[in-house]
Amino acid sequence: MPRTLTYMKAINEALAQEMARDETVVLFGEDVAGGAGTHEEMDAWGGVFGVTKGLWEQFPDRVIDTPISESAYVGAAAGAAASGLRPVAELMFVDFIGVCLDQIMNQAAKFRYMFGGKAETPMVIRTCFGAGVGAAAQHSQSLYPVLTHIPGLKVVVPSNPYDAKGLLVAAIRDQDPVIFCEHKAMYAMRGEVPEDLYEVPLGQARIVRPGDDVTIVALGRMVQIAEQAAKKLEADGVSAEIIDPRTTSPLDSQAILDSVRKTGHYVVVDESSPRCGMGTDLISLVATSDVALRGIPQLVTPPHTPVPFAKNLEQAYIPNPDKVVAAVRAATREGAFA
Amino acid sequence: MTTAIRPPIGLDPGLLSRDDLLRAYRTMRVIREFEERVHKEFATGEIPGFVHLYAGEEAVATGVCDVLKPNDYIASTHRGHGHALAKGCDVKGMMAEIYGKATGLCHGKGGSMHIADIDTGMLGANGIVGGGPPLVCGVGLTSKVLKTHQVGISFTGDGGSNQGTFLESLNLASVWDLPVVFIIENNGYAESTSNQFHQKGIDVARRAEAFGMPGMIVNGQDYFEVREAAQVAIDRARSGGGPSLLECKTVRYYGHFEGDQQKYREPGEVERARAERDPLVIFEKRVTSAGILPADQFRMVDAEVLALIEESVIEAKAAPQPTLESLLDDVYVSY
Repeated sequence: MPRTLTYMKAINEALAQEMARDETVVLFGEDVAGGAGTHEEMDAWGGVFGVTKGLWEQFPDRVIDTPISESAYVGAAAGAAASGLRPVAELMFVDFIGVCLDQIMNQAAKFRYMFGGKAETPMVIRTCFGAGVGAAAQHSQSLYPVLTHIPGLKVVVPSNPYDAKGLLVAAIRDQDPVIFCEHKAMYAMRGEVPEDLYEVPLGQARIVRPGDDVTIVALGRMVQIAEQAAKKLEADGVSAEIIDPRTTSPLDSQAILDSVRKTGHYVVVDESSPRCGMGTDLISLVATSDVALRGIPQLVTPPHTPVPFAKNLEQAYIPNPDKVVAAVRAATREGAFA
Repeated sequence: MTTAIRPPIGLDPGLLSRDDLLRAYRTMRVIREFEERVHKEFATGEIPGFVHLYAGEEAVATGVCDVLKPNDYIASTHRGHGHALAKGCDVKGMMAEIYGKATGLCHGKGGSMHIADIDTGMLGANGIVGGGPPLVCGVGLTSKVLKTHQVGISFTGDGGSNQGTFLESLNLASVWDLPVVFIIENNGYAESTSNQFHQKGIDVARRAEAFGMPGMIVNGQDYFEVREAAQVAIDRARSGGGPSLLECKTVRYYGHFEGDQQKYREPGEVERARAERDPLVIFEKRVTSAGILPADQFRMVDAEVLALIEESVIEAKAAPQPTLESLLDDVYVSY
């Protein structure tokens, strides 16, 4: 019987196995060791969600707590990467990117290009994003488009435990800075995860389910929403193909274009804000291509607002399967271009 | 942990070999002539972008880098030419880079503000004030984890010492016990704003105490004072003693950037500094008055350096621009 793991445990296992394989991999961030070494209770936290729990016991010299000081330790990741380590820095919530964006955007992301190709910066910033756990406006944003916008960064948004493990291994082994965006509402999601160490290459989309009538591109937790919508559509005789790009930079444009060429209809479901976001980028990819759409492409995103706190408001904020079904109906309406 | 802010007496020149002394002087002279020439050439309009000159501060970069090993790392500032030259970056490669040429150290992708050479341990000049201190914390971490005994040095100006990154890095280096030395080059101005205003004129070194590390203040115009203090801090870092903060009081001969009219400075301020506090003059006087080397040895170095700088400018001007095909080189490599 195949083994299943949670999304969280899959990430933990990727870190443990890579750290065991490669002694230059170091992990640091706020509470990643949970204050280990300062009090009797060792390894109490493992980061705010417990993703790194247990790693300090295995690698006490390479799992290192930091002060609440993102600029210093994210910059230290860049300096460590440039001088011989493979650091994995945990940024507790992607919402905190504002306080350390310079070190990512102007330092790490620029080294290779600006220094004439002579610098490599093999670092990973693990961070969590997304709404759905009542964390409200400063702890729920989906900011991966902000990072995707910056040349020199690679951005990963895994949608299931299998991909989370394989993509994280690939991210750690990559020679460029990678932002690894974990959806906090998916940490408990279970899925098949091989025990072996394996890589899911960056820049290779996954066909989540094949279909003929419409292409739905979705990322992260929105893949589940798209799948639920596809089931409803199937009952009505509409066959939806779901593509999960897995990484927003590099982006597997070919897989998306190939699918839309086949189906002729296009819907994007994305949890980031609608203006200048991942969704608009993905729509533009097809709109500016030579693929002839047979309907008006549709974009399903949250409204352009900070994430609300109240449960009913937050649920209304997050794209749901019904909205995706409606978008597919609009995208596949006969004679839309007539 | 003790905090030492003490008046340094300066290293006795007699403790260094004649070769060491001539090498140190040569480095300072290379920096000076490089900068004087860039100043002159910039005025012709041939050099693109922004240029921030280091002339006047030569003893700091040289005094610190002379203590370093080739595999130690430095992180620099927007005023980075002096640091790069002192750490051993190629003079001609640097001049070509400032001209934006394909033969430049960064193939014309970086320019004056981003000169870097990882192989030489130069982690980059930095267009972001306060950008460097976090990076050398990373160097310190690498040294600690891989047990390489390398040391990381960050150069930061008095202006940069007010950035959160600097203070966060002092704390991180202290908490992690990193082999790092934070050098403050206090030239009295954060761009155009006097440190009497931007930090109430209070010595930056005093901040060291708050982070549990030693702070030292030296006359940054005196190579021997800088070198002596740098040696103490670097030895301490290399032997596992943790980070230090070294504040060097220095003088910027030119403006914040080339073209800056410097209306914010006292009339005659720079002229007085050039006459009374020039690091090359101070160096030569200390060595010649101790009878270690005669003045004509220095003049030979001067002539050799002038020729080198002249050559570097001629070659940089004649060098090809980067090809348009190189626009996308090194954006990503692995796909």
